[in-house]
Amino acid sequence: MPDKHFHTKKHDVWLPYRFSAGPVFERFFEGLKAGKILGNRCPRCERVLVPARTFCPRCYVDMGQWVEVSQEGRLVTWTMSTEPFFGMRTDLPYVAGLIHLDGTNCNFMHLLGGFETMDIEAVRERLKGSVRVRAVWREEREGDMLDIKYFEPAD
Amino acid sequence: MMRRVAIVEVALSPAGESADNYLDQVYRVCREVLDKAGITREDVGTVVSASSDVFHGGVSCANAYYWDSGAAFLKNGTRQDGESLLAFSYAVMRILTGHYDTALVLGLCKGSENPDNDMITHFFTDPFYQRPLGLNETVAAGLQMRAYLEHSGTTEEQCARVVVKNLGNALRNPNAHRKGRLDVDTVLRSPKVMDPLKELECAPKSEGFVALLLASEDKAKKLTKRPVWFRGFGSSMDFFYLGDRDMGSGVLAQAAKRAYDMAGIRDPVKEIHVAEVTEPYAFQELLWYEGLGFCGPGEGGKFLDTGATAPEGSLPVNPSGGVLAANPYVSRGLCRLAEVTLQIRGQAGERQVDREVETGLAHGTHGFAGQFHAVAVVGA
Repeated sequence: MPDKHFHTKKHDVWLPYRFSAGPVFERFFEGLKAGKILGNRCPRCERVLVPARTFCPRCYVDMGQWVEVSQEGRLVTWTMSTEPFFGMRTDLPYVAGLIHLDGTNCNFMHLLGGFETMDIEAVRERLKGSVRVRAVWREEREGDMLDIKYFEPAD
Repeated sequence: MMRRVAIVEVALSPAGESADNYLDQVYRVCREVLDKAGITREDVGTVVSASSDVFHGGVSCANAYYWDSGAAFLKNGTRQDGESLLAFSYAVMRILTGHYDTALVLGLCKGSENPDNDMITHFFTDPFYQRPLGLNETVAAGLQMRAYLEHSGTTEEQCARVVVKNLGNALRNPNAHRKGRLDVDTVLRSPKVMDPLKELECAPKSEGFVALLLASEDKAKKLTKRPVWFRGFGSSMDFFYLGDRDMGSGVLAQAAKRAYDMAGIRDPVKEIHVAEVTEPYAFQELLWYEGLGFCGPGEGGKFLDTGATAPEGSLPVNPSGGVLAANPYVSRGLCRLAEVTLQIRGQAGERQVDREVETGLAHGTHGFAGQFHAVAVVGA
């Protein structure tokens, strides 16, 4: 923060947190570790939601059967950021998108890569129109969203 | 017949950086509404505030911190941390119970002294599925904008025109934080932030201390000659995960319908005379026109192009300059309501719209890409 011409009191905060994943998120992350993207199906509306949930937010019932979903799909929308964020483990700039994975009934948020991402005009050109993408995995996986490195154009 | 509730006075701070401390700024706006209404702290029935804790304020249990400033000694005071317009609806309901004749509604935000909004909104994400991907409010808005442009055929030029209108309007608003006579090219050429968003299409980070004094019908008539009556309120919540939502439409239409039904409004384009909406990203004003029923789905850009929402138009939107001109994150919805109140009372100074204003609408939104919407309708 810039210096100010009036009297201020500087104050930085560091607070540790440790979030419980719970059994459903844990199983999803175990899936990522094994190179699988897991969703689950709502027994009432029969939609397949991914990443996996404990309950269907629309029907408000427990989700049913687990499903290994496709690692390919259609890019629905994307944006590109040049801003670093707290705890960032990716490179700048990063391209984030919503992806409709084949056979699912929602969009999956993840990063896009595997092409020139330094120049916004090049990114706009590469992602123009209807683009199919597929997951690219990290070799070392630890049960985390970034076990999928990014989704790359599949066509 | 339901009891009636009115806004009897409002006070709004300037949105630019102030050297005053938070507690003094809270006191100043509260003192101002009490003085305008000619009542004392002892006369206040209840206090309902909207503020935010650690991330947006740097103080935990922030309401405990500011109750002295907020005129709450010996009263019940409460705080809500979400869309600030909800504080208004809660205060209205408290008066409707018959237990209170007056309520002080506060929206409190000192954006100049805490980290960038995106650094803060990154912590709105769930720590498992979203946070490692860098999602924040502006990333979500970038995703929403591209989906909206493709879904509706709205152009980037039309989105830029919202900035031209609102920052131009802000030239007449002494409280505005950002203002200017711009053209579309300047907006389009400003640095890309989260593509397709441009820097000038994203709201700044501002201060906003706002106080509204509400009163029951009998009390309101004693306190002011120009009460602004509560007519309707509606809200709606979308799913948390962006991937579960319809990004091109959202849930504002449900919130608006609930407010219009309560207010007895059938044709909002004719019956609403001024609107202040929460548009932290320029394209959202166009999307909100659609949700508010000012035009059909996908027609927000065309509606702007008709000039209807200009200050001299038939339905001026954001004559204050809106959130693009002043963005106190946690009080911006209540700031919209204070502006609408001033318009209805004919007290908006240079930014007073040309047309006669009997009924006005204030809109607030909270969460990424319009997760939650609130709509309040008030009138003379």
